[in-house]
Amino acid sequence: MRKDFLHHYGRQFGTLIGLVFLVIILWILTPHFMTISNLLNVVQQTSINAIIAVGLTFVIITAGIDLSVGSILAFSGVVLASVLNAGMPVPIAMLTGLGVGLLCGIVNGLLISYGRLPPFISTLGLMSVARGAALLYTHGRPISGFTNSFRYLATGEILHIPMPVIIMVIVYLFAHFVLTRTIFGRYTYAIGGNEEAATLSGVNVKFYKTMVYGLCGLLSGLAAIILTARLNSAQPIAGFMYELDAIAATVIGGTSLMGGEGRVTGTLIGALIMGVIRNGLNLLGVSSFVQQTVIGSVIIIAVLIDMTLKRQRI
Amino acid sequence: MENNIILKMEHIFKTFPGVVALDDVHFELRREEVHVLLGENGAGKSTLVKILSGTYQKTSGQMTIFGQEIDIHNPKQAQELGIGIIYQEFNLIPKLSVGENIFLGREQTNHFGVIDQKKILTGAQKILSDLGVDVNARHLVKDLGVAQQQIVEVAKALSLDAKILIMDEPTSALTDREITELFTTIRSLKNKGVAIIYISHRLEELFEIGDRVTVLRDGKYLGTQNICDISKPELIRMMVNRELKAQFPKQKSTIGEEILRVEHLNRSEVLKDINFSVHRGEILGIAGLLGSGRTELARAIFGIDKINSGRIIIKGKRHKIRSPRNAINLGIGFLTEDRKTQGLIMQLSLKNNISLPSVERFSSFGIINNGAEDQAAKRYVKELRIKTPDLNQKVMFLSGGNQQKVVLSKWLCSKADIFIFDEPTRGIDVASRVEIYQLMNRLTAEGVAIIMISSELSEILGMCNRILVMRQGEIISEFLAEETTQEKILQSALGVSAVA
Repeated sequence: MRKDFLHHYGRQFGTLIGLVFLVIILWILTPHFMTISNLLNVVQQTSINAIIAVGLTFVIITAGIDLSVGSILAFSGVVLASVLNAGMPVPIAMLTGLGVGLLCGIVNGLLISYGRLPPFISTLGLMSVARGAALLYTHGRPISGFTNSFRYLATGEILHIPMPVIIMVIVYLFAHFVLTRTIFGRYTYAIGGNEEAATLSGVNVKFYKTMVYGLCGLLSGLAAIILTARLNSAQPIAGFMYELDAIAATVIGGTSLMGGEGRVTGTLIGALIMGVIRNGLNLLGVSSFVQQTVIGSVIIIAVLIDMTLKRQRI
Repeated sequence: MENNIILKMEHIFKTFPGVVALDDVHFELRREEVHVLLGENGAGKSTLVKILSGTYQKTSGQMTIFGQEIDIHNPKQAQELGIGIIYQEFNLIPKLSVGENIFLGREQTNHFGVIDQKKILTGAQKILSDLGVDVNARHLVKDLGVAQQQIVEVAKALSLDAKILIMDEPTSALTDREITELFTTIRSLKNKGVAIIYISHRLEELFEIGDRVTVLRDGKYLGTQNICDISKPELIRMMVNRELKAQFPKQKSTIGEEILRVEHLNRSEVLKDINFSVHRGEILGIAGLLGSGRTELARAIFGIDKINSGRIIIKGKRHKIRSPRNAINLGIGFLTEDRKTQGLIMQLSLKNNISLPSVERFSSFGIINNGAEDQAAKRYVKELRIKTPDLNQKVMFLSGGNQQKVVLSKWLCSKADIFIFDEPTRGIDVASRVEIYQLMNRLTAEGVAIIMISSELSEILGMCNRILVMRQGEIISEFLAEETTQEKILQSALGVSAVA
């Protein structure tokens, strides 16, 4: 059983050690880091990136990429906000936000599967299209001021645990189940591992690929709901560069850009590493310019270590 | 005479894990000769050539080039020794000019380090006109025909001062007229003192262009002859393996009802009016050269490639097969030629590979029942004696023979009763081969029908009941295994008319 555990989670274990190491360093460097309220704060700030990164984990396991998640988030957010402001009930507005995300994702999926566009190009295009749509829809202005019942999605707590964290945990449990125990998950790995062999084994590759991008869009829509509730405002420029954070979390978490491998547990640790570094640098009073540079370097170093270890194993 | 020998390879052995690719092979090359290397697919021609070009290292043996005993460690060294090679797939950059391609990597520059186009073009043009060919060094490679591109490859090799030129199936993509031109070029190369190793299995050509021929079979050296001293039938006899050893444990099975019938199947340019049927308990062999349409036929039946017309009748009912999913649901299993790129998902576990086509059967509401999946996988690991530490082992860590058994399990698990095997034993060691043949026997005994595509005539003859021979997308002959010989099949596949 223990051997089995390491066999499956060995790579995630390595990332986890990295996270623990970071936490210890920050604990030593700043007294404020290791407080319950700060740690909850880190997790809460991580939750949006972590949720988007789940979608990207699915996409990257199929050997694809999605650059449009940040823009989809913005577009879903402003549509959601306008529905709320029109006085519609919260559940309807939420479904609309999720629906917009899902739809954008499916458009990506259709272009990639049936239009045979490379994922990079299709999602790069949609990144611009969705951003433009968000700006057009709002004339470039944010939409603000929502009811408390909606804002509860970000500000509420259950047993002192912030709602975004609870939502994130549910998303991860669900995603883990889907990847490890369902046909959808199995086919996701199969497609990324070898698309041709999957086709020849009767997998409807085009359909499942479309659904994977759909899921990624849907999760961007979910992230939009939390962000809008937290900021009490939907901005057409929200989610700028979020795709990079999500890709970074996924890759640091051990999902291979070549496809066929990856786990959401790793992605969660990857997202937490990104969150801890941001928070730590803030606590240390490091300027945001330096932060950018540090985070970029961490991504490069993490993947370098991973690749080197992999090469040694084979 | 001895001085004329510029290349000598003696007692060459090359082994890959589980396979002996070259088994005590000899080869020698004289100045100004065209030496043909002949053999079936898998005879060891490419391996020998790859040792010469530095791609592979020989396991043992002696190699003498220009009187000097030497080992070739890498392609660069081969180049420096004056060995040039022209592969079937050209290594040209389409959007560069002929001249730029010829001098690629050795660009001539002026005093300022800028590429001197004029020097390159005049240099290239000189090589081309020395060859006596009408190719303009300024033209882009992408605008040239196949034959002219080949000339560019030849010119490139010559510009590297090649003394030994290896040509791998140089005529496979050429028209008759282009072949004549190529032969003129080859003759002019000979006159310039270049020796040529010519790989082909088109017998007609050998008699036209070759001086000597060396025949390989199953990695073994069968002899070298002057072409003027040998006849076509003799060559064919050398190429095929006549001894059918006990390695083919074919058992008699009872042939049952017809399970699959194909009528007037056409796919533009690739398959022409294919008609055949196969019965329960039968192994139907499909022989033919590479590119004869064998694999294309399997792909068409399995719903991978679209067909233009024709009918496929399975168990008495006509079906339109639009996708592999349709084919699988109708009970067809396809063991592809290339396990690594088409048959298996290397990063997935053994058990996930086995269940992939039938995972829906192990699931309810999209959720996989792990217990049922494990049980199925366990069953096939036991029945097929797959060697693996556990069910979660990634298939990339299994041996070739065990990987093939996983592919087989996959289709057993999907309850297929029509199996298409495309080159089932390629890259598999002898012991595993016999096991796979025994599994075929077991399948036919259980009433499964097998279509076996193979380039190994001995395997086809040893295992099949009936044999179809394909050439240029058509079925050109049909034999009963007990009434035919490897010679007859090969003649038919090569399109050589009756042998006297």
